[in-house]
Amino acid sequence: MEKARPQWANPLQFVFACISYAVGLGNVWRFPYLCQMYGGGSFLIPYLIMLVVEGMPLLYMELAVGQRMRQGSIGAWRTISPYLGGVGVASVLVSFFLSMYYNVINAWAFWYLFHSFQNPLPWSVCPLNGNRTGYDAECEAASSTQYFWYRKTLNISPSIQESGAVQWEPALCLILAWLVVYLCILRGTESTGKVVYFTALLPYCVLIIYLGRGLTLHGATNGLIYMFTPKVEQLANPRTWINAATQIFFSLGLGFGSLIAFASYNEPSNDCQKHAIIVSLINSATSIFASIVTFSIYGFKATFNYENCLNKMILLLTNSFDLEDGFLTASNLEQVKDHLASAYPSKYSEVLPYIKNCSLESELDTAVQGTGLAFIVYSEAIKNMEVSQLWSVLYFFMLLMLGIGSMLGNTAAILTPLTDSKVISSHLPKEVISGLVCLISCAVGMLFTMEAGNYWFDIFNDYAATLSLLLIVLVETIAVCYVYGLRRFESDLKAMTGRALSWYWKVMWAGVSPLLIVSLFAFYLSDYILSGTLRYQAWDAFQGQLVTKDYPAYALAVIGLLVASSTMCIPLGALGTFITRHLKRGDPAPVA
Amino acid sequence: MLWPLFLLVTAIHAELCQPDAENAFKVRLSIKTALGDKAYAWDINEEYLFRAMVAFSMRKVPKRETTEIAHVLLCNVTQRVSFWFVVTDPSKNHTLPAAEIQSAIRMNRNRINNAFSLSDQTLEFLKIPSTLAPPMDPSVPIWIIIFGVIFCIIIVATTLLILSGIWQSRRKNMEPSEMVDTEDKRENMITVENGIPCDSLDAKGGHINDAFMTEDERLTPL
Repeated sequence: MEKARPQWANPLQFVFACISYAVGLGNVWRFPYLCQMYGGGSFLIPYLIMLVVEGMPLLYMELAVGQRMRQGSIGAWRTISPYLGGVGVASVLVSFFLSMYYNVINAWAFWYLFHSFQNPLPWSVCPLNGNRTGYDAECEAASSTQYFWYRKTLNISPSIQESGAVQWEPALCLILAWLVVYLCILRGTESTGKVVYFTALLPYCVLIIYLGRGLTLHGATNGLIYMFTPKVEQLANPRTWINAATQIFFSLGLGFGSLIAFASYNEPSNDCQKHAIIVSLINSATSIFASIVTFSIYGFKATFNYENCLNKMILLLTNSFDLEDGFLTASNLEQVKDHLASAYPSKYSEVLPYIKNCSLESELDTAVQGTGLAFIVYSEAIKNMEVSQLWSVLYFFMLLMLGIGSMLGNTAAILTPLTDSKVISSHLPKEVISGLVCLISCAVGMLFTMEAGNYWFDIFNDYAATLSLLLIVLVETIAVCYVYGLRRFESDLKAMTGRALSWYWKVMWAGVSPLLIVSLFAFYLSDYILSGTLRYQAWDAFQGQLVTKDYPAYALAVIGLLVASSTMCIPLGALGTFITRHLKRGDPAPVA
Repeated sequence: MLWPLFLLVTAIHAELCQPDAENAFKVRLSIKTALGDKAYAWDINEEYLFRAMVAFSMRKVPKRETTEIAHVLLCNVTQRVSFWFVVTDPSKNHTLPAAEIQSAIRMNRNRINNAFSLSDQTLEFLKIPSTLAPPMDPSVPIWIIIFGVIFCIIIVATTLLILSGIWQSRRKNMEPSEMVDTEDKRENMITVENGIPCDSLDAKGGHINDAFMTEDERLTPL
C-alpha cells in the first residue's frame, strides 16, 4: 500500500515554516544596507511597491503550485508540462549550491557563540606581540574585531590563489552545524514542523530585546535620525528600484523550490492566498524592524567612535603642547586648535599630519553589508555594551536561528523531490537520503573552511543563485500562465480551495511580474557584461584593510560553471524529454 | 661665599637635566583623567615623592645601592603635568646610563604607579615601554568545552531519533504480517487502471463522482 504523503500537523506549522525560511540573514544584513544607501526612509516606497507588485503574486503562485501538485519541484513542474522537468532540476541544483555555502555562516555563528562565554570577549582586545611590549602588528593596523574575524575565525590568506589548509576549528563548527540541520530534518515534516516554532519565534524575541537595548544606547538616536531621514532624490535613481525588486525577490526565497516543497505537505483545501499575503507582509515587516535595531546599533557605534576620535585628538594636543590635563574638552577643541595654530605655528605644523577631523557623519556613512555587518560591525558595537557577554550570546543565537530556519527550507527543496522519486525512496529510507545529502554538502563545505575559503564563499554568495533564480522564476511564471494555462490553473485552485482567483493575481502573474523579472534579468546581465573583469576584496594583513584584486582564470571558470550548470538544466531537461518521447514514438504502440 | 657654589650646582643641574639631554627621560602624568574629583595637585612634595621612588628603584640595581634622592634631578615641569628627569652618579658629574634606569623603572613600575594611585596609561614614561599583562590563557580553550557539550547533546538526540524511527518501522512491519490472514487481500493491492496507479491520477485533478457507490457499500454488511 502506498504511504500517505506526510502533512503538517496544523496550518500554523506551515506558516511558521515559510516565515522561518523567508526571514533569514538577508533581512538583518542586507536590507539595512540598502535602506541606508538608497535614500533612507524613502527607500520604503519602492520596497513596498515591489512587495505588492512582485513579492506577493510570485509567492502565492509558488505556494499554489506546490499545494496543487503535491510534489516537490521536479515532480510539480513535470506535471505542469513534461518538458519543464528541467526547471525543477535547476531549482534543486541551485538549492544544493546554496545549502553548501549557507551552512558555513551557521558554523561561524556557532564559533562566535562559543567564544562569547569569556571575559573579556576575545574580539575586544588585541593579542600581544612576541616580546610583550605591544600589540600584534596586524591587530594594531586593523581593529580588534576585524583581527578576530579575519585572523582568528577565517585565518584568511592574502589572495584566492593561496588556498592554504583546512582549518580544523571552523571545520568542527561546520560539522556541528550540519548535525544540527540533520537532526531537524531527520523525520521530515514531523521533526521540521516542531523545530520551526523555535526558529520562527525566537529571533523575534531577541530582536525585541535588542530593540529595547538598542534604543536606550547612547547615541542610538543619531543613527536612527540619520538613516531614516528620507533622501527623496534617490527615488529618481533606477538602481533604487532595481535593488528594491531584487531584495524582495531574494528575501522571499522564490525559485529555490523550498516553498513548493513546503506547500506540497499542505492539505489541498488550505487557504494559501491568505498565507502568502501573511508571510510576505511579515517578511517585509521583519526587515524594517531589523533595520531599526541595526540603525540604533550603528548610531551607538558611530557615536562611540566619534567620541573616541575626539578624545584621541584632545590627548594628542594636550601632550604635544603640554597643556593642563583636562583643559581641552570636546566643546572648546576647535577654538583651542585655532589659538594654538596662531600662537605656535611651527609646532602646530609638526602635529598637523596626525590631526584628524572627527566627524559623526563620516562615521555614520560607513555602510556595511553581509558578513562584515554581522560579524564585525555588530560585534564591535556589542563589545562596548555593558554585560557584553549576554548581548553577544543573544545576538549570535538569533543569527543561528535565522540561519537554521533558512537551511530547513533549502534542504526541504532538495529532499522533497528525492523522496518523491520512487526510484530512490524505494531503495533508501528517508533518514539515509537526508544523511547522504548532509554528508555530501558538509564534505564540499570543507572548501569554505580553508584559508582562502571566504573568497570562494563570496563567489558562491554572489553568483550561485542570482541569475539562475531570475531565469527559473521567469520560466515558472510563463509555464503556469501560458503553458499550463491561466484559466486551467484558476479552475484548479477554485476546485482545491473553494475560492475564486481575484483579477489582481491574474494580471500580476500574466503580465507585470514576468516583465519585471525580464527587466531585472536584462539589467544584471548588462551589468556583468559592462563591468568587464570581475573583482573581489582580499584582506591585506600588513595594511589591515581590504584591497581589490582580479579573479584568476580558474575562478572565473568556476563562476561561469555555477551559472551555466543551473540555467542549462532548463533547456537540457526539455531536450531530454523530447528525445525520450521521440524514441518512444518510434517503437510500435504498446498500450491501447 | 656659598653663592658661587650654589650657582655652580644649579648650572651643572641645568646642564645635566634638560629636555632631550643624554640619559634623560620625559614623564607625563594625567592625574585628572585618572582620579577625576579626587585628583591631587602636583606640587614640590609630589615631586619629592617621585624622586624618592626613582631613587628607590635605582637602589635595587646591583652596584647602585648608594643612590640618594638628591641624585635624581627634575626639570621643565609643565602644567600638563610633565617633566624630564635624570639620575646622576654620586659625584654628580655624570648621569647614569639610560639602559640601567630603564630596566630599574620597568622592574618597579607597579610600586611607582601605586605610590601615585595611577596606572601605566596615566603615569607614562616615554621611551620606557611597560610590560603588558598577558591575556588569560586557560589550558583548554573555553570554546572547545562548550562545543563538546553541545556536540554530545546533538549526537545523542540524533541517535535517539534514528533508533526510535527504526523501532517504529519494525513494529509496523510486524503488524500487517499478523493481520494479512484475517483481512481481504484485495484491499492491500494498489488499484491500477490502464497501467497507471489510481492514486497518481488523483493528483491530476480528478473529481470524485458520488453517483458511484464505493467498494465497501456494494456488499451488505453482515
